[in-house]
Amino acid sequence: MPSRTVSHGSSGRLRGLFLVMVLVFLEGSVFTLAVASSDQHSPTTAHSDGHKATDHGSHNNTGKAFPVLDLNYENVRVPFEISLWVLLASLMKLGFHLVPHLSNIVPESCLLIVVGLLVGGIIRGTGEKVPPVLNSQLFFYILLPPIILDAGYFLPIRPFMENLGTILIFAVVGTLWNAFFVGGLLYGVCQIGTESSSILSRIGLLQCLLFGSIISAVDPVAVLAVFEEIHINELLHILVFGESLLNDAVTVVLYHLFEEFSGIGSVTLLNGFLGVISFFVVALGGVLVGVIYGILAAFTSRFTSHTRVIEPLFVFLYSYMAYLTAEIFHLSGIMALIACGAVMRPYVEANISHKSHTTIKYFLKMWSSVSETLIFIFLGVATVAGPHDWNWTFVTVTVILCLIARVIGVVGLTFIINKFRIVKLTTKDQFIIAYGGLRGAIAFSLGFLLEKKHFPEREIFLTAIITVIFFTVFVQGMTIKPLVELLAVKKKQEAKRSINEEIHTQFLDHLLTGIEDICGHYGHHHWKDKLNRFNKKYVKKCLIAGERSKEPQLIAFYHKMEMKQAIQLVESGGGIKLPSAMPSTVSMQNIQPRPPTKPAAERAIPQLSKTKEEEIRKILRTNLQRTRQRLRSYNRHTLVADPYEDGLSDLLLKKQKMFQIEKKLKEMNTYLTVPAPPPDSPTMCRARLASDPQAYSIKPASNKVPMIQVDLASPQSPDSVNLLDEFGQANQQEEEEQGLMMKPPSRPREGSSGRATAGVAISKQSSHSPLTSDRNQYQI
Amino acid sequence: MGASQTRLEHNYDDLTEKSGFSHEQIKNLYQRFQQLSGNNEKISRDDLERIPALNNNPIRKQIITAFFDKRNQHQNDVGSLDEIGFEQFLMVMSHFRPVNSKATEEEKATVRKQKLRFLFNMHDTDNDGIITLDEYRTVVEELLSQSGAIETEVARAIADAAMLEVASTNVPHMAPDDFYEGITFEHFEQILKGIEMESRMYIRFLDMNAATMRCGKLSS
Repeated sequence: MPSRTVSHGSSGRLRGLFLVMVLVFLEGSVFTLAVASSDQHSPTTAHSDGHKATDHGSHNNTGKAFPVLDLNYENVRVPFEISLWVLLASLMKLGFHLVPHLSNIVPESCLLIVVGLLVGGIIRGTGEKVPPVLNSQLFFYILLPPIILDAGYFLPIRPFMENLGTILIFAVVGTLWNAFFVGGLLYGVCQIGTESSSILSRIGLLQCLLFGSIISAVDPVAVLAVFEEIHINELLHILVFGESLLNDAVTVVLYHLFEEFSGIGSVTLLNGFLGVISFFVVALGGVLVGVIYGILAAFTSRFTSHTRVIEPLFVFLYSYMAYLTAEIFHLSGIMALIACGAVMRPYVEANISHKSHTTIKYFLKMWSSVSETLIFIFLGVATVAGPHDWNWTFVTVTVILCLIARVIGVVGLTFIINKFRIVKLTTKDQFIIAYGGLRGAIAFSLGFLLEKKHFPEREIFLTAIITVIFFTVFVQGMTIKPLVELLAVKKKQEAKRSINEEIHTQFLDHLLTGIEDICGHYGHHHWKDKLNRFNKKYVKKCLIAGERSKEPQLIAFYHKMEMKQAIQLVESGGGIKLPSAMPSTVSMQNIQPRPPTKPAAERAIPQLSKTKEEEIRKILRTNLQRTRQRLRSYNRHTLVADPYEDGLSDLLLKKQKMFQIEKKLKEMNTYLTVPAPPPDSPTMCRARLASDPQAYSIKPASNKVPMIQVDLASPQSPDSVNLLDEFGQANQQEEEEQGLMMKPPSRPREGSSGRATAGVAISKQSSHSPLTSDRNQYQI
Repeated sequence: MGASQTRLEHNYDDLTEKSGFSHEQIKNLYQRFQQLSGNNEKISRDDLERIPALNNNPIRKQIITAFFDKRNQHQNDVGSLDEIGFEQFLMVMSHFRPVNSKATEEEKATVRKQKLRFLFNMHDTDNDGIITLDEYRTVVEELLSQSGAIETEVARAIADAAMLEVASTNVPHMAPDDFYEGITFEHFEQILKGIEMESRMYIRFLDMNAATMRCGKLSS
């Protein structure tokens, strides 16, 4: 007990220390930034000073003493500031989770905005001008793409496609409705509700519509930030999130349309019509650009088997290029990015190594996390920076109208959509969709982009936008979690995808396609099936390297699962204590057909299931085998191939050869009777093996002979071959030292030992079927 | 043709009651039935096997067998038929009706059970009420049969792993000498409870009309 309290106390003290350090650092960084920003505003003098200083330093005309320690901040200023901001953001993220109950009540986005406000306040408080950090260039080209790429790359394709119609209707029709409703009514209010001399009445219809289109778009960053924490079911998540992604096209078109023509003051019908066409061009063009770059990326990844180190770079570069290319033509960059990520993913994942896959995943998560944090902090800072023009009428009317528009839009559209859906959207669903329509930094940046000379009311707009953002993020963001609990909305199912579900899902797909064919009905199963077949036949051959192109989905899934299991085992230390993913004592033996005779030796109840045991042994073996290779220096140029994935095709080939040899041996004699085993308990033997893999000797197998009988009894089991091995036990020791070699069976005796080596080889190499190796265990 | 039409019209109400389809849908299905059977009264297996679109389907044999399986006729019968009439055709099709959204939870559960039963019957070929390891292996092998050269080893390994998973989730503590007979219907329901069968297993019969129907080269 005392030790525990001591450790508690010390961890508490450590936490406190860390927080103090964070605060001190915060102060320091803010001060530096303030100093830096003051430098920013006296550039000429600083410059000349700097020049003079360097002049002095380099030429030393006056004969000063050589400066031992010199200060030169100017050169480092920009990268230093950037790093400082990023570091601040990351420390904040750490800090939140140290404070005990904060992250449960308040979503992270709110906290970050508050931090931004504080930082901005401190900067202003020290009398310096707040740096305009959230300029649109930085936002759109640096901060936004990682978040969108992360979303697009890991987009769950199946629910997205199944609900695509619904998502599109919400995104396109919903956003249009919102924009026109808010813009139109706002104009009405401005004209009618105020005196003619007030600034509001000078806002034209088009400006109002522009404002409406900026404010009406649901923001993917805010949605992600809030929805990540509430874990609602997949359907609602994909609906709101999909909407926030796809409404970018609408926003882009409306924004450009109204911005172009707000100077003129009216939009002719022709231009309106062109606007509609432009929408299709923007949306489909964006997707097309994304698809092209995605295919390029997939194609490139086909050839990266020798330079695994830079594989992730291709993914990032191609995606970013897709985004930038779309932006060149004023197409929808977000849609391009999503399309690129979604298209390239299946092919790239089949081609790249497991490590690259992990790298991509973690880099994307890291970048998007940092981006998101920075965006919210900058929002806070920008709020303090202003410039603001607070107009009570405008702001309150905007907020109210936004809410009303959203609710009416969602309810109305759901009414129409439900006529076409099988799984209808209930009232609860509608409420969550409406409530989840958060606005975020994209709206602010778009507002920021407006030029003051064309839009004298820019500041009113900005203030209103910020107020709406604050309202949605704080009020809606904070209350959505308790509301979800209150309404008992279905949450995300935590269950992992099992192999059974995968098998039956595929079975169901084929079944439904078949029934559709029998009905003669070309339904969407039919087309999906056609697309899959086209994909398999042509596309996969081009874009996936080597053997993997022929691998059916079920097998790929199975291999992935096995790999995950194996890695899990290694990470858990490979010891006896296993993660209780499957806390059952069921093992292969329980499902193989029952033997007619009972084994003579009574087996002790195993502590682990056999499969897991075999896995452990296998992994320990492989790791020890590879020790020599690992100790070589980790030169980038000679990155050692990962034993688990790179030899896949070799493994498959070896397995095939194995099988053929097994067949050949089968044709040789098969003895049915074997001498009774010496009573060496299986547990002992297994314990020995588990602890000392090098002593993985084959000789104690004789007591396993009864097991062999088991397998022989089952018809057509390849294990029936294994009987032969027990006679070639004597010279097993030196065989297994050679490890992974396969000797061709030259003599029957040799043959069996060669077979046993092959058997050993199987169990070492085949990290792909724990069950096959489990069977092999019997022979050893 | 005239006589059979009027006879059919008398039966519409009867069929609607039994299968749950509307008159419109029954009419469409009857047209399709005529196409498939070449205007005969009954469809045989060959008629279904002649549908060209089914050739690419890896499980076509099971699908066709399901049509002729008596267990799918809601009549507690077992065995298989050689030919089926329109009513039996309709009964099999009724398994793929979407569930009525206004149905109660109980009704939805019944529909779900029905659909799962259909699937179960497709796997349990010897009708002993359980899916044995061999039957499951066959299922996986059939699924993978269209994908080129598959080693049966891998198919078996997958089926074994799946079976192991079913056993572990349903009967977690078995002594090493116990034998897991096979997947019973309850276990089957259990492992598939993640998939919402009542909303996944349906065909949109609503907008089916003669214009969208193709029968391929069925001219006899």
